Amino acid sequence: MIRWLAPVIISLLGVAVAHAATPSPQRQAELRHLLIQDCGSCHGLTLKGGLGPALTPPALAGKPPEFLQLTILHGRPGTAMPPWRGLLSEDDSRWLADRLLAGETQP
Amino acid sequence: MNAANESTTAADGDQVPMRAEWGTVLISSMLVMFLLLAVVSKTEAATLGSGDLALVVERANGSVQIVETTGNSALTRVEGLGDLSHASAVFSRDQRYAFVFGRDGGLSKVDMLEGQLVARVMQSGNSIGGAISQDGRLVAVSNYEPGGVKVFRTDDLTLVADIPALYGAGQHSKVIGLVDAPGRRFVFSLWDAGEIWIADFSAGDQPVISKFEDIGRNPYDALITPDGRYYIAGLFGEDGLALLDLWHPEQGVRRILPHYGKGEEKLPVYKMPHLEGWAVAGNLAFVPAVGRHEVLVIDMLTWQEAGRIAVKGQPVFVMGRPDGRQVWVNFAVPDNDSVQVIDAESLKIVNTLQPGKGVLHMEFEPRGEEVWVSVRDQDELHVYDTASFERRATLPAQKPSGIFMTARASRIGL
Repeated sequence: MIRWLAPVIISLLGVAVAHAATPSPQRQAELRHLLIQDCGSCHGLTLKGGLGPALTPPALAGKPPEFLQLTILHGRPGTAMPPWRGLLSEDDSRWLADRLLAGETQP
Repeated sequence: MNAANESTTAADGDQVPMRAEWGTVLISSMLVMFLLLAVVSKTEAATLGSGDLALVVERANGSVQIVETTGNSALTRVEGLGDLSHASAVFSRDQRYAFVFGRDGGLSKVDMLEGQLVARVMQSGNSIGGAISQDGRLVAVSNYEPGGVKVFRTDDLTLVADIPALYGAGQHSKVIGLVDAPGRRFVFSLWDAGEIWIADFSAGDQPVISKFEDIGRNPYDALITPDGRYYIAGLFGEDGLALLDLWHPEQGVRRILPHYGKGEEKLPVYKMPHLEGWAVAGNLAFVPAVGRHEVLVIDMLTWQEAGRIAVKGQPVFVMGRPDGRQVWVNFAVPDNDSVQVIDAESLKIVNTLQPGKGVLHMEFEPRGEEVWVSVRDQDELHVYDTASFERRATLPAQKPSGIFMTARASRIGL
């Protein structure tokens, strides 16, 4: 049982890893720019908040990356947070969520 | 002059020894003239007029540039203004000082002629904009955190009044759309509360506050007509705008252009539009739609919708040329590389310019023959001729955003 499950699990993990692919270095540079300049329009250039809430690691503490990713992609209805899925892929949004949680937001 | 007079007097006397004396006197008088000229030209270089100056916010570095718009050149850079990721400015009535409102809650007073930061206070944790009173003695700042308005003396930036924007069960609301109005009043809107407040300083430095509730969901910015009569707040949380007649505040706030979206699903708004200045041509006013790639046209006699103009993206600034004939529009991402020009008579787009990525702001020169455009990602300021649309000048600037000309000093609401 375990013998044949293992490769399945490994391949599933492989799919998951491939799914959350890291954006190319060029795309990362674009995303960092977007994070500072465009997210910064509402959340502040230093991400300490503006019309939108602060996005610093202390402000985001305890929030799972999937939650941030979904918020980025689909926005928050009833607030000014727009859905970014027209401009960002799932990989892009996950990469951004990880950067926010790690506080690695400067260019 | 004295030297020349003496030489003339001397010349009337003896002829022969005069020659040498003449020469000496001539040379010395020329020297005096030279020195005088040097003094005069030095004085001229040091004495600037203030009417053709502008302040340009450099958002990444906490600096501002001071530029002049007659020769379209940079004069100096002033540093140390803190976090200017969102910043705006108003001017003292003599146009000498700019009051710059920074994102980090800093209020900075900049001497436009000396190119120096002369005063600075950290007045909140997070601010969004400000206004200067009719008499030029008070400067008000609208704050996000803690939500409210603080009012300072313009001469030394000492605190005059603190107006927390409290609503409901004691929550603070973020404050937006702060403008000055005639009668030493400030008018502003509460984003979270959906209210418009008037702070009346006509009786002194203790304001009388009037509150208007239920003006609509999430007012995002506001403007006042150039005559100071109508205050209009744009609504983010619903279609329409809130209108307050400051000649008749007792009539309350009424909604205009309600439901202009007619139930259509809104497009994502990647950057909040601004209502600044007032794009007016004749009876028509032009404002950005929210969540629609349209500029709305309002008939100011009836306050009814007079048309809509399809544009390239989500409008951010909709700015009227001072003569009212053209309306210039810039956009949120991903269309922020473009500027479109609307003919205010035909309501048609007559030109689309592509200055480059990150067009953040536009400011017309006082009589409108040229317009300055900040192009953030290219680190450039562009100056365009508004008749030929040709670029007249390109100046380097570090991530430029807002451009504020001193001519605003004498305009209500700016």
